[in-house]
Formats: sequence, structure tokens, C-alpha cells
Amino acid sequence: MANTIVSPAPHIHGRNETQILMREVLRALAPVVLVSFYFYGLNAILLQVTCLVSCLLTEFLIQKYIQKGQITISDGSACVTAVLLALNLPPATPFWVAIIGSIVAIAIAKMTFGGLGQNIFNPALVGRVFLLISFPVVMTTWTAPSSFFSSVDAFSGATPLALINEGLKSGLSVQDVFAANPGLTPAQMSFARAGGSVGEISVIALLIGFVYLLVKKVIKPHITLSIWATVILMSGIFSLCDPTAYTGPLFNLFTGGLMLGSIFMATDYVTSPMSNKGMIIFGIGIGVLTMLIRYFGAYPEGVSFAILIMNMVVPLINKYCKPVRYGYKKNK
Amino acid sequence: MITFKIGGIHPHDNKIAKNAAIESLKLPNKVAISMAQHLGAPATPIVTKGDSVVVGQVIGEPSGFISGFVHSSVSGTVVAVEPRADIVGNMVTHVVIDVEGDIWDESIDRSEGLNSNIVASQDAILAKIKSSGIVGMGGATFPTHVKLCPPKDKKADFLLINGAECEPYVTADDRLMREKSACIAVGTAIMAKVLGGCKSYICIEENKPEAIAAMTAACSKYENIEVLKLKKKYPQGGEKQLIDAVTKHQVPSGALPIEAGCVVQNVATAFAAYEAVQKNKPLIERVMTVTGQCVAEQKNYLVRFGTPLSYILETSGCNLENAAKIISGGPMMGKAVANIEATTQKGSSCLLMLTKEQTARMPIGNCIRCGKCADACPMGLEPWLLYKLSENGNQFDALEDNKIFDCIECGCCTFTCPSFIPLLDIIRVNKVEVMKIIRNRAKK
Amino acid sequence: MDSTLLITVVLITVVGVVLAIVLYFVAQKFKVVEDERIDIVEACLPGANCGGCGSAGCHDFAQRLVAAPQIGSLFCPVGGNEVMNKVANVLGQEAVEQAKMVAVLKCNGSCFNRPKTNTYEGLSSCRVKAALYSGDTACRYGCLGCGDCVSACKFGALSMDVSTGLPVVDESKCTACGACVAACPKTIIELRPVGLKNCRVVVICSSKDKGAVARKACSAACIGCGKCQKICPFGAITIENNLAYIDPSLCKLCTKCVSECPTGAIHKFNFPKKPKEDIA
Repeated sequence: MANTIVSPAPHIHGRNETQILMREVLRALAPVVLVSFYFYGLNAILLQVTCLVSCLLTEFLIQKYIQKGQITISDGSACVTAVLLALNLPPATPFWVAIIGSIVAIAIAKMTFGGLGQNIFNPALVGRVFLLISFPVVMTTWTAPSSFFSSVDAFSGATPLALINEGLKSGLSVQDVFAANPGLTPAQMSFARAGGSVGEISVIALLIGFVYLLVKKVIKPHITLSIWATVILMSGIFSLCDPTAYTGPLFNLFTGGLMLGSIFMATDYVTSPMSNKGMIIFGIGIGVLTMLIRYFGAYPEGVSFAILIMNMVVPLINKYCKPVRYGYKKNK
Repeated sequence: MITFKIGGIHPHDNKIAKNAAIESLKLPNKVAISMAQHLGAPATPIVTKGDSVVVGQVIGEPSGFISGFVHSSVSGTVVAVEPRADIVGNMVTHVVIDVEGDIWDESIDRSEGLNSNIVASQDAILAKIKSSGIVGMGGATFPTHVKLCPPKDKKADFLLINGAECEPYVTADDRLMREKSACIAVGTAIMAKVLGGCKSYICIEENKPEAIAAMTAACSKYENIEVLKLKKKYPQGGEKQLIDAVTKHQVPSGALPIEAGCVVQNVATAFAAYEAVQKNKPLIERVMTVTGQCVAEQKNYLVRFGTPLSYILETSGCNLENAAKIISGGPMMGKAVANIEATTQKGSSCLLMLTKEQTARMPIGNCIRCGKCADACPMGLEPWLLYKLSENGNQFDALEDNKIFDCIECGCCTFTCPSFIPLLDIIRVNKVEVMKIIRNRAKK
Repeated sequence: MDSTLLITVVLITVVGVVLAIVLYFVAQKFKVVEDERIDIVEACLPGANCGGCGSAGCHDFAQRLVAAPQIGSLFCPVGGNEVMNKVANVLGQEAVEQAKMVAVLKCNGSCFNRPKTNTYEGLSSCRVKAALYSGDTACRYGCLGCGDCVSACKFGALSMDVSTGLPVVDESKCTACGACVAACPKTIIELRPVGLKNCRVVVICSSKDKGAVARKACSAACIGCGKCQKICPFGAITIENNLAYIDPSLCKLCTKCVSECPTGAIHKFNFPKKPKEDIA
């Protein structure tokens, strides 16, 4: 009986590895990816492949030649970043733009901070925002989704939020814009009819992913739900005050990157708070910032900026929002 | 169904030994009885080489307030009183006895019959529990008589008998409750009497339906004893968690359970109290599970203290080829055995063999800040933060601010970490450091 | 247009002046008067902030030096006598010469000498390992081999030798700051005077086990047999708890004990090789 293993307790492990968690996230993303393939066809497929290859390659090269350390691309985090980045780009993005975005996302937003778990900002969003600021024209040229069955475009290429933004700037009221664009109803947009980034195509597909993540206990609902609640509340109050200048809750909830952002980007482990209380504060912050940017900002869409801004606050939230501790409750 | 509120995990319970009835283990040729089988100061041996002893004879006397009696578990001749390595290799004084026959002290009632008539007074019961060397048999081995004497100004509202047995694999308490339910009920009544006749709950997790049934039947005679079914969740058997689950009270940080009006005792302790008070039998043996997937035959043995672990493994026919790790206790909080020649003690409830696949530690990855450790922590701590603070050169002040001293070392954080970070390894060590700093400060 | 420019310039100037005044008063209010010698002394110190002197850092040490009536009891092990002389000059005092020290590992339980009895699988840290159990060999006193001393050393003087599983001291880099001594849970590292011409004779073992036990655990263990004590002409060797110790102040480097030790637990360091050995 020689050479038994000795280690401190516990002696068993839950074996719920990072790799498995990342795989679950990828599975949750599958519905929206498939829907985007269906409606945007080859464009979306090429975009996904480009992002995947360039993200993985960037991480591999950095780990191999700059860090000269362990190569951990198999943990799946780079895959998640790649898929999310591709979902955040307009369908007609040229492949070289996608490559630049991937390199920025992995090399600058992730690896310079020390790799997985060390980054302050969500890598995919940094990639997207970098592209949005650097290549504004490319990044705001939207192709309308078209199914394989109909060759007729559902409606013009601009995103619903951009339409509203443009309309309001040129002096029209919200109702005028809606009247001019009959496709702009929440019901329409839920089923793969919204123009915009690849991943904004179908609210239903995103919600399926959300439910999957919740069932598998990969994420907790706090962040997502508090973002939704804040957006509904804020847009509700504003649109009640002046329905001609401000869009309503349902429109805001179902348009743009809000669903994608609130379900998949804001809930990123690395860049979101740990405690429940912190998550709710984080979610409220994103909701408020998103609505402020949408209503008053120069950009029609503000989810990415809102999440990135709130990412910066996470260490502070973590410092002050502690979990509910045992032994500090007053007994009755 | 009731359970505790904060944190917790759901490991597979693996109670594969639950259908193995308790059987007495054949006596070994030689036993080595440790003088440090309880929390607190080790006992002082009162026998010397050459003395002959009988079963139940006192061989060690307490050397402090928190200490305990140690009795001989066999009859025979003392061949040595010497320091020997315990299961982790630390030197502890042992009394080594050559076993000759099985002669019991005459005052011990060895009859089978149940004696449910409690005649002893409170003080007599306490004295008996103390002189019988009874300690908490859930693993903490805190002397029971100390626990049963709360400070004068505090009153126990509830006596919780802990039959949760939330550790995977361990079935010793389960078997005891199924086979000795009536004795445990009497033991509970005895301890409740000491505490002034408070309400008693026998708390059992849902994965032990036979034990729940047996205990419910046995307790039907007692008005003040109730059997509670708890949801299966680890660490339900932790004292603080059990109190939260049953009474919804929380033990204040740094305080004893009595602050929440509770006294918690293990079922095996209740059984020991019954045997001591009603049968005059000191604590010399306990039920111990010998289990593991790589073990051919699952066993629940009645083992005399001082039996070498190697002897148990040999007798139970364990094939040690596949066993990579031997654990004394459960897989979550038990200690890995470094010295197989070490002997059983009052706190050893299980001998678990795990294969390499079951126990191997994986390469440590980066913390992905998922917060799963904080979600799992039953004390509401942030293990990731404590780990980080420990890594960056032991920032003891910050560790104290983040309540490292509240850690109960249940292992939920390490179990749940997706990056295989051994959070508890370093937290445990730093907790000791911080406690030391706090104690030194209190002295000043 | 012009007025906008003017207003901006004036406004920013005014704000700047106001803030400057505020800053001035704040600086006056919170001014900390410090002996200027502290900075001069600190400049003399190595600036490694290693804590080897017992202070929190070099600045702290400089404060103590300036405040002390006699600096004789204070010593910077990193800078040594040279730095202390400089400091003494600044402060107008006499420095007390101290022997240069070096860290010595008192364990030779290499993988070869000391077979493993179990495999440790926890966090690779001596502190964690020592808190858990007696170690993965039969020796309870020897090196645990997780390298806490290596990570504690701020001067890169320690490294793990993969073949032996023991740390190695690079004497040219060791400053005798004592960080490794504090980091080692088994306290097997000792600071010893470097000795005459850098030569030392040391018992490379810390086992207090009885001879047979120690020998069984490790073939290079000191078994406390006392042969070295008998042969030592200067009475420099004492044996306590089955472990020999050579008092560096008494040892005259005759190396008789080295050849006398039956287990080879006594080592000599940095002795010049005999010409014969060189050829061989």
C-alpha cells in the first residue's frame, strides 16, 4: 500500500468545468445563429467562420509566441467571443473588418489584461464598438433579412432604431415613422423581421437561448431581468409623458441589441458582478444608460456602450455589494 | 420541505453502503488508542507498560476543561505508551494494547433489552456523559458534556439531533438510525432532560426514508421529540446550517449555537449517551462505514477505537489496487489518510476509498469570475476574493474584513469551481492565521 | 467669436488661479514635517523593501535609523557593512561591523535520498501542505519541496532543483534578508555567517527523529550518533534532539566531522578542490 494520494478536502469535485459552461453558452446561442444563417444565408455563415477562425488564431498565436505559456483555446471562451462578435456585426460586414474586430476583441480587450477572467470589458463588445467607431459606414450599412423563400425585402435596410432616430431628427413624430414603416411592430420584430446586426434577427430565438441558460443554471436571471425592467419602466414613463418624441416599452425591448446584449453580453461572467444585489444594480445601470443613449444620444443604439460603461463599474460594485452572509441576521 | 437558505451544493450522494447491516468487526491483535480523540487538550494516559486492562477501563484522563476521558476498547496488556503517527502523520501519544480475550468491566450492562426508563438526575447524567468520554461523533469531536452545559443565563429552546448525514458515501448514521432507533430516541430524551426538557427535533435528509420511518415510529411515544424530513443539500449537517434549516434562526458570527437557542448533537452521540446512561457503557466503539466504488463489499462495521486502518481494510477484503486515495470521513470534509497504520478514533465515521478518476485534481485554470463559489458558500462568503487576497501576499486585514473566520471549511467552493481552483486549501490556512491575529488582539 | 475666445481664456485662467491658491493652503494645512536626513539615509539604502531589517520597508528603516540614538542594533542585511558605513557617515555615528550571512538549506532529502511514501496533490504551497499533514515522505522535518522560499525571495537567489526536488541557494545573489527563513513552515533554512573565505561546514539535516526512524526515512539524515561531536577538536558540535548542530562561531573548518559522518549529513561548502581531485 504505497503512494496513496493525499490532498486537503474536499476530495471530490463537481466537474462543472469552464469548458462545459462555455459549451452551454454556445448551445444557447445556436438557435439565433441558425436563424441568422437562414435569413442572411452565406453572409452570416461567412461572418461566423471568419470571426471564429480569427479569434481562435489570435488567441493561439498570442499564447504561443507572446505569453509563451499554456495554450488554452480549448476552454471555449474564444469561441463564445467569436460567435458573439459575429452576431454583433451587420450581415454585410466585409471579412477584413470582421478580422480586425476579432483581433481587437481577443488581443486588446482580452489578452492584454491577462487572458480569460482578467479582462475588464466584454471582448466581443470592445471589438464591435471599435469597429463602429473606426468604420462607421460599414458598420451602419444594414442589409434587410430575406428568407430563402421570398426574394422580396421585408422592409428597407435601416434598423428600426435608426429609422426612429432619423425620423425624429427630421422633425417627424414617432407615430409618423411608424405609419411610414408598417413593418415596425414588436410582433413583426420578434419573428426574424428586424433589420440590424446578425444576432438581432429574432427575439424568439434569443429568448430560447435565455431559457436554456437558466434551466442549465449557467447564468442567473438577475442581470437580464433588471435590464428589461428598467428599460420598460423608463421608456414607459417617457412615452407616457410625450408619445410623439419617445418610443414605447415594447418597441424598446424588442429592437436593437437589447435582447442580445441583456441575455448574452451583460451576463458574461468575467465582466459582471458576482453578488445578486450587485447584478441588479449592474442591470439597472445598463438599462438606464441604454435608454439615455437611445433617447438623447447621437447613436440610435446604446446597449453596447451601456454595457461597456457598466463593465467599468463592476470592481466597485463587487467591492460594495457583498452576498447575504450567515450569522449577521437579527434573530427574532 | 425545509432546508437552509444560503448557498449549498448537490453532490451525488453515493450512499452505496446503505443496505449493509451493521456488523461487529473481529478484534485485531493489537490496538493503539490515541489520547487525542477529542477537540481540546489531549488526555493524560494513566496506565503504563505492563498494566493489564479490561474493556471499558479508563486509560486516559482529561487534562483541561475542554478534554475528555479515554477508555480501553479491548482487554489485554499495555505494551507501550508512546507517541505514534496519526492519520496525517502528526505525533500523538497512543496507548498500545496487546489484545487478550474480550473481558468487559463488570459494571457494564451488556444485555440486549431496551431500557427506556430514565431515572438518573440531570447532574448524574452529565457526570456519566463526561466520565464515559462522549464527544460529538459527527466529526468535530467536541466534548458532549461541555455542549450540554450552556451558560446559566442562556436557555436551550431546541435540541437538534443531527441525522442529516449530508456527506456523500457515509451511511453510519443512517444504519444506526434504522437499527437502533429506539435507543436513539431514549438518548435524545436523556439529553433533552439535561437541557431542561426542551423540544427536540431529529433531523434527517430525505434520501434516508427508512431511517425517517424507523425514527418516527420510535419517537411516537415521546411528545417532545419530532422527526423532521430535510431536503437533500450539502452541508445540511453543518451545525449552523441545520439550525437555520430547522428554526430559521442564525447563529451570530463567532458565537456558539446556544446564542440561537439551540444545541446540536449527532445521532451517534445520542446513541452513545443512551448506552452510557442506561447501560453504563463508556464510549469504546462506533459504527464506521467502509465504502467506495472500488471496494468489493460495502460494510458498516462496529469498530473498537484504536483498530488500525490497515487491519480494517484487510479484514473487509478491500482490493487496494484501484484505490488511489483513502479518506477517513466523508469525501467533502474527511481527511486523506497519509499513514495507513494509524488507528480509528471517536470521530472517524467512514473509511472511503476513491479511485484516481474520482478524486484527481485537475490543472488549475484562471478564475473566470463566475461567482459560483460565492453562490455555493453556505456562510455567504466570497471564496474567490479570499483566494485572491491570499494569493497577493496574505492581506490579513482585508481577509478579516471579508469574514474569513466565518468559513466552516465545508468545501463547497472548491467543489463547485469550474476552473478547478483549490480555493479552500489556502483559505483554510489563512483562516488559522487570521484567527491567531484576532486572538492575540483580544489578549491585549 | 472674439468674445467667446476671451471669455474662455479668462475663465480658465481664473479657475486655475483659484485652484492654485486652494492647493497652496491645503498643502500648508496638511504639511508633514519630516527630518530631511530620512531621505538622505533612504537614498543610501538598497531600496529593495525586502523587510530583512525587520522594518516595513526601506523608508521605514530610514526613519528608525534617524530616530535611533545608536544605530548599532540596526542592520541592513542586504546592503551589508558598506551601506551601514555610509548611513553612519550621514548620521555622524559609528557603524558596527557584522559578519555577512547567507541562507543555508538544512535538508538533503532529495528524491534519491528520501523516498516518497505518498503523493501530495493539493495546492502547491509549503504552507498549505504543512498545515495538512507531515509531508509526502516519512521524514516529518524535511523540505516539502513546494518552493514557498523560492517565491518569497525577492532577489532571485533561490531556485528549485528539479532533479533533487530541493531549493538551491545562489550565494552570489543571497542577501540574507531572511524572507525564506520566515516563509519556510518547517524552518529548515538558517542564516549562517558566510565564513572564512566563504567556506562553511554545515549539518544538512533538520530531522529530530531517533536515528533508526530518521535513517529509514532518509538515507542522508543526521541520526544523532555523536561521532562528529567526539571528533570535533573545538567543541563546536552539539547534539540536541538527535540532531547535530555546528556552531559557526566555534567551527574552525577542519572538516574532520565531514568524513566522520556515517550518513554524509555534514557538508562542506566552497572549499577549494584539491589538485588531485581536479585531475580525477
